[in-house]
Formats: sequence, structure tokens, C-alpha cells
Amino acid sequence: MAYLPNGADDRRQMLEAIGAASVEELFTSVPERLLRPVMDLPEPLAEQELVSELERLAARNHPLGTLDSFLGAGVYRRYIPAIVRAAVARPEFYTAYTPYQAEASQGTLQTIFEFQSMICELTGLDVANASLYDGATAAAEGVLMAVAQTGRDRVVAAADLHPETLAVIRTYLGGRGVEVVTTHDVSSTLGAGDACAVVALPGFLGTVDEIAPVAQAARAVGAISICCADPIACSLLTPPGDLGFDITVGDGQPLGIAPSFGGPHLGFMAVRQELMRRMPGRLVGLTHDHDGRRAYALTLQAREQHIRREKATSNICTNHALTALAATVYMARMGGAGMRRVAEISVQRAHALAARLTEVDGIELAEPDRPYLWEFALRVPGDAGDFATAMRHQGIVAGLPLGRFDPERRDQLLVCCTETTTPAALERYVEASSRAARPVTVSA
Amino acid sequence: MNGAVEPGSQGGPGPAPEWAGEEPLVFELGGDLGRGPREVEAGVPPRPLAELLPGVVLRIDPPAIPAVPEPVLARHLGRLARRNHNLHQGIYPLGSCTMKYNPAVDEELARLAGFADLHPYQDAGDVQGALQLMWELERLLCEITGMARISLQPAAGAHGEWTGLRMIQAYHVVHSDTHRTRVLIPDSAHGTNPASAALAGLEVVTIQSNPDGTVDVADVARHLDSSVAAIMMTNPNTLGVFEKDILEIARIAHEAGALVYYDGANLNALVGLARPGDMGFDVVHLNLHKTFSTPHGGGGPGSGPVGVAEALTAFLPLPTVERDGGRFLLDHDRPLSIGKVRSYYGNFGMLVRAYAYIRTYGSSISAVAENAVLNARYLQSRLRGIFPMAVSSDSMHEFVATTRGSRVAGLRAIDVAKRLLDYGVYAPTAYFPTTVPEALMFEPTETESRRSLDLLADVCAAIVAEAESDLDHVRSAPHETPVSRVDEVEAARRPVLRWRPAE
Repeated sequence: MAYLPNGADDRRQMLEAIGAASVEELFTSVPERLLRPVMDLPEPLAEQELVSELERLAARNHPLGTLDSFLGAGVYRRYIPAIVRAAVARPEFYTAYTPYQAEASQGTLQTIFEFQSMICELTGLDVANASLYDGATAAAEGVLMAVAQTGRDRVVAAADLHPETLAVIRTYLGGRGVEVVTTHDVSSTLGAGDACAVVALPGFLGTVDEIAPVAQAARAVGAISICCADPIACSLLTPPGDLGFDITVGDGQPLGIAPSFGGPHLGFMAVRQELMRRMPGRLVGLTHDHDGRRAYALTLQAREQHIRREKATSNICTNHALTALAATVYMARMGGAGMRRVAEISVQRAHALAARLTEVDGIELAEPDRPYLWEFALRVPGDAGDFATAMRHQGIVAGLPLGRFDPERRDQLLVCCTETTTPAALERYVEASSRAARPVTVSA
Repeated sequence: MNGAVEPGSQGGPGPAPEWAGEEPLVFELGGDLGRGPREVEAGVPPRPLAELLPGVVLRIDPPAIPAVPEPVLARHLGRLARRNHNLHQGIYPLGSCTMKYNPAVDEELARLAGFADLHPYQDAGDVQGALQLMWELERLLCEITGMARISLQPAAGAHGEWTGLRMIQAYHVVHSDTHRTRVLIPDSAHGTNPASAALAGLEVVTIQSNPDGTVDVADVARHLDSSVAAIMMTNPNTLGVFEKDILEIARIAHEAGALVYYDGANLNALVGLARPGDMGFDVVHLNLHKTFSTPHGGGGPGSGPVGVAEALTAFLPLPTVERDGGRFLLDHDRPLSIGKVRSYYGNFGMLVRAYAYIRTYGSSISAVAENAVLNARYLQSRLRGIFPMAVSSDSMHEFVATTRGSRVAGLRAIDVAKRLLDYGVYAPTAYFPTTVPEALMFEPTETESRRSLDLLADVCAAIVAEAESDLDHVRSAPHETPVSRVDEVEAARRPVLRWRPAE
């Protein structure tokens, strides 16, 4: 078999050493009636057959690179420098375990320490952890921290949080007797019984609202302020920590991680110093070895499940170390300045596209008065799903029809530009949209 | 035989002053703070940001993360890589972690553009291959576990546990059984079990083990009442021993109205040979990064699918993957679902790898369990003269030894663990399960050769022999690793968790 190194002779001698007559004898503790059930599993495959089979499945998909894609909505096709893939493809990193034995894991430990440091720089906060699963679960963990810290049982969330984030927060709080309210005006909704305020930067529709007052309002009522931030946006905008937020969480996917049909991505979390011991997940600290050399180790483990069991700050154990490595290499390659340049290109292109599109008959911005970064809600004539279908026939993924998340936005599409959406693709979008918009107008 | 092994002789990190010294942090490599790499031009008429983003306060300076020139960054990563033990260098016998070889082809397949370059919000018509893969993987895992449906969404085992417990809560609520708020968990269970229960808002009741390490049925029976939502079991348990009373425990739990949860994070002893569903379990989670060989990545990303019996399928997280004739689609319209447990649909890249791994073995997948148990029992037989075993019962894919009662009084588990690192061998899981003093938990997995197991046994023998003559040398190990024993007390006492520029 492919991955079983011992041959028949080895196995026989090993059984002899054990004192067993057969492999079956090793399973006598399993009740007879449970053993060797009839299972409907396909024939084993040779590596060559396996590759054909999976290539066939892959060929049934239409990857973004073969299309003009304007999809964003939380997952972004950003350019990934080759060195990022080269780093995560090294077996020294991808086959390693959680770095419990520090002396044999300094490579992983140091890259995590670098990751933590970079996330602190990006968010303007004091302490970042080694990673969480994704942006949505990171937000839910942040909310749980706030509930534990304040002992209060209501959460006030901005209505323009990513719908998946909001849904995950609700599931995490289910069974815990904590209420989640959503509002367009977080600051004036906050009261003395609230555990936290949760806002997004940018909002789900790509808009940037003034959120500093939310952090102030939260502080005034003794609540924790949480910002769900896009990491590339943090390189351009005043970071949440500087705006007064206590916790910043987000999805690190834009930092050199492939879209991969929604995962694996990367959750990150950074907090103020006072909240350090309430943080979920791994933390790597700088220390020394017995010869006084600089060394790194997992630390403050008294927060974690393997020590504290039901009293742990979270149940998280496995996190997303390898995608955190990808993000670390991405940030080190690009630098803060390179990330900011990527943000600026995205902003320029999105605004250029929006300006051109609004010249097309029947197309307009849905939120014309709110500033936005590289995503905007576009109102089209008729149903946005039909518009997207017509655009797709011309090889363009025009954006995300919003009716699925909000029935009142059935005629709207969330459109995204990044540094990978080329100026030529913008031209094709404009041209195709005048055709896609026309027949719908006629039939309406 | 012992003479054949020496510290540093096994391709381990021997003393090499050129690279064993400190590696600077990214921030200390002299990168450029003011400028990143060459970027594409925007290619559209540029407009001032103040005009595009009216009223938005921009960052004054970009984040203080240097752009490191690629040759410098490549060497930094190469030097850090050499400071990591990994599966391509030597055995990784961590008990309960299942550090098996990660097939090279699976890595390649997950990176195909047809999988990696897909957006979760693409129209279903553009991602039929991805949905089909998920649909088929669910069926394969259902066959292997004997469960009715499986959600591929949880990002890790602990996430799967919590998802499973949320479904159990939903099940009781639908049956108007809302006072079931307690979960029974054996004292030998992983810490994630009680932590997940607490996260779901459930109260944890600890169940005692028998002297042979198995769960005490009488203690379970004593605690089963109308307040119990579920009992969580690990089988084989964390001592590697099959729970002989598993069918009886499932029966009495069901009789009391509780559900039974199977921690199948590590299914390596039984995959293809026995199924949690046939044992009467209602919920089971699997770690694809253990049994199904997706890489551990230095601590994730993993994947922790959770399977349920027919009675709980309505509660699966949103969305599920369904087939309608020849088409595959995502079903978001499931009114009894516990809701969303993460964004999108799961760690898809890990699902591709696990799917490839299962298709490679197919109907011969029981060979994994047979060889995993054979390897573990062989290693145990080689170690018997060296360390006492925690229990006398026959173990399966892993076993727990202890330094307590070994030939050298004063030899501790941590000393053996650290000295092993000098031989290019990673340490077994130390001090777990917590019910065994000075525990060393070994799990070799099926992908280790007999030669590799012999080497590990020889190294253990050499360490005990060395401890007899020079205990201090063992107790001050490691000596050959890039750094010597790391001061974890200092790390915790004065936490330094980020780099800061020198004042």
C-alpha cells in the first residue's frame, strides 16, 4: 500500500515480538459483532488514477483566474507573492505539530511571534494571539471575552457586520442566555447592561463609517468595544486600536491566502494589555534558554483547555498556524508600505469602475453618500441575480447579488476591485453591463 | 544495539554554530519601512484619496512592518525551517496527535487552481466539482463512521465537539427536554471535551476511570438522570484501551434519555474495522488532520467534521451540501439547524486532501488501523523492559508508559522527552493523560517503518542507560538542539508577546 512501509516479513516478525499469531488477535478487545462491518467504499486508486480523478473534479469548476471576477464580500483575490507558497510548502513547517517542545520548534515559534507582532502593528493594539479559525469565529470569541469580562448579557452589533459573522456570533451565544441586537446606530443603542459593541471596518457593503464614537460610547457604559477589521484596510485607515477599540478581530485571508472555496483562511485577534489573560488560543512569548540565548515558547497556557479544562477561556486547541505563516511571509514581503499601496490601487480601481458604471443607464450606487474603499453596492435595473447571470454569460462574475442577505436589496450587487482586477477587466465590465442592464429594463 | 545511536547522529539538529545561533526577527533584517516591492500601476486616472474617501481619517504612516528583500526573507525562512523538528526529518511519536506522513500528492492536488482559486460565493454552476467532492466526502465518512449525515464545516476537533454538543442541545429542546444541562465526561478525556461543553453552556460532571483505565460503568449509571444531556466518550480511550463496556454505556445512557457523543478525533485504531454508529453513538467528530492525514501545519489549519445519527440530521449547521439529480447545491433552508458555526462551508483545502487520502485506500482502508495498531503494539513490546506501562490491558494504536518506577529513581517524563530531542526524535506526549503520573504517551502511526520504531526504542534504552550513570546530563537536556532547555517560567512571568523597536 502507498503509505505503509512494512512488508510481510517485517509484519510477521513484529507479531512474533508482540506474541500474537495474527493481526486479528490485536483486535480481540473489540466486540465481535462490531468488527469488520460491510462498507460501501470504492476500490483503492493508484496515485496516477487519483490525480486523474481529482483533476476531473477540479475541471468541473470555473476558477476565478479564468474569469473576470468582481466578487469580494469577505474573500478577496489578492496577488500572492510566490515566496508565500514556497514557505508554506516546506515540510519543516507544514508537517510540524503545535510547538509544545520548544527546543525542537523554534522555527514555528519565532514565525508566530513575528505574526503576533505584525498583527499588533496593523491593528494598533498591544497583544495578538497565534491565530483563530476565521474572521467570523474570531468575532464570536471576542464577544465571549467581552461577556466573560463584563458579566453582562446583551451584545449590540452593527447591522452592517458581515452576515456570516453575525450568524456565527448568534450560534456561539446560543444556549448561553445572551441576547444579540443589531442596529444602524450602535452608539445610541448601547446601555449599562451591554457587554460589548461590535462594528465592522469596512462594513459588509464596503463602506467606512465613523466608528471612533462607538468605542467612546462603549467605554462610557463600561462595555467592551470590538472592531471586525479587514487587515489590508488597516494599512490605509487609522487602525482600530488608535480609534479606541479594545479588541480587533478579522479574517487574514487577504494576507497571502488563497480563496480556496472559503477555507482554510485565518482568524486574527488583538486586544488591549488588560484583556491579555482573557484571550483565547495560543500565545508565543519571548524568553531565553538556559544558556541565555533568545528563545521562544508557548506561554500563559493557564488560559487553555489542556490545563484548565472546563474553566479555560475557550475550547480552541488547533488553530491556523500554517495560514498565519502565509500571512507572516506576505506581510514581511510586502511591508506595511506595500500593503498600503495594494489598498490604494484597489480604492482607485473601485472608484474608477463605479464612476464609469453610474454613467450606464439604469445603474447607480446604492449608498451614494457613504465613503467606501474597494467594494460598493450597485443598484441595477431589475433583479441583480438576473443581471449577474447575464454578465456571467459574458465571462464576468459581476459581484454578489445581495437579495440573499437582505430582500430589500434584491436589485443590488456587491462589486469588488483589487489589484488583481485589471484595468482591461474594468473596461469589459462597463461594456458588458450596458448590455446586461438593457434587456432587463425593457422587460420591466 | 544501543551503541548504534548517538545524540545528533540521526539527522537531527546537531551542533552547527553557523546556524544554531539566534536568528534575527523579521523586524531586525534591515527591510525597508518606507517602500514595499514594485507594484502594478492602478491603470486608472488617479484621484486624491481625500476626494475618494471624504471624511475618512487615514493612517499617518503605514504599519511599521518592513518590506524584506526576497533573498533575505528566503534565507530567514530557510534558517527558521532548520530550527523545526518535522516529519521529513524524523519520527514524531506524539500520543493522541497521530503524526502520520502527509502524502505529497495530496498537497499538490489541494493547490490545483480548480480548487484553490474558487470563491465561496461563486454561483453553484461554477463550482460543481467542489460541491461534488464535498458531497462524496460526506458519504465516504458516513460509511466509515456509520453515521447518517456529516457536516464538514468545523475547522478543528474542538470546533466539531462544540458543534456536536450544540446539536445535542437542539435535539433536547425540540423534544421539550430543556432541563438537560449536564454532560458526563471521563477523567481521562482530552481537555477540549470539558472546554467545549462549557462553551456550549453545559455543566461538566467528571466520571471516574477503573484501575485498567476504562470508564467505570457503575459511576456512569450513578450520574445518569434527567439532567444529563449527553455522555462524551473517547474510544479507544486516551490510554489506547478499547472501552469494553461501550455498548452497555450507550444502552444505559439512551435509557436515561441522554445522547452519546463519540470523540473520534483519533480514529486510527478502528478506521475501516469498527464504526461509532454501530456502537450506538448519536454524534461523532473526526479530526481529518489525524486519521485522514491532512498536515498539522505547526498547529492547524485542521478540520473537524461532525457526524450525526438520523434523529439529529435536522440540526446540522448551515448550509448542507445536497444533490438534486446530477446537480449539487448548498441548502441554506433548514429551519431546525443550529445555524452557522463558521464562515462559508469548511476548510475546503483540507477536505480535498482527506478526500484524496480516503480514495487512495478506498475499500482497503482498514489496513491503516491494522498497521497503526501493529506498529504501536510492536513499539510497546520493545519498550516494556525500559519503562513501566500505565495499565496492563492491551492497548491499540497508542499506549501510555511512565518513568515512575523505571530503573532510575528521579528520572522524570520531561527529562526523557527533552533528551529524545537530542537524537532527532520528537518527544511523545508528556504528562497526558493526567490520570497517569509522569506519563509518556506514544503513538507511532502506521506510516513508520519497523526500522524507525527500532531506532526509537534503542534511543529510549540509551537514555535510560545514560540516566543510570549520569542523571544530571539527562536532566539538563537537550544539549544538541538549536537552543538548550527553554525557560518557560520566565516566558509566563514576564510575558513579552511582541517585538517592539528599541527605545
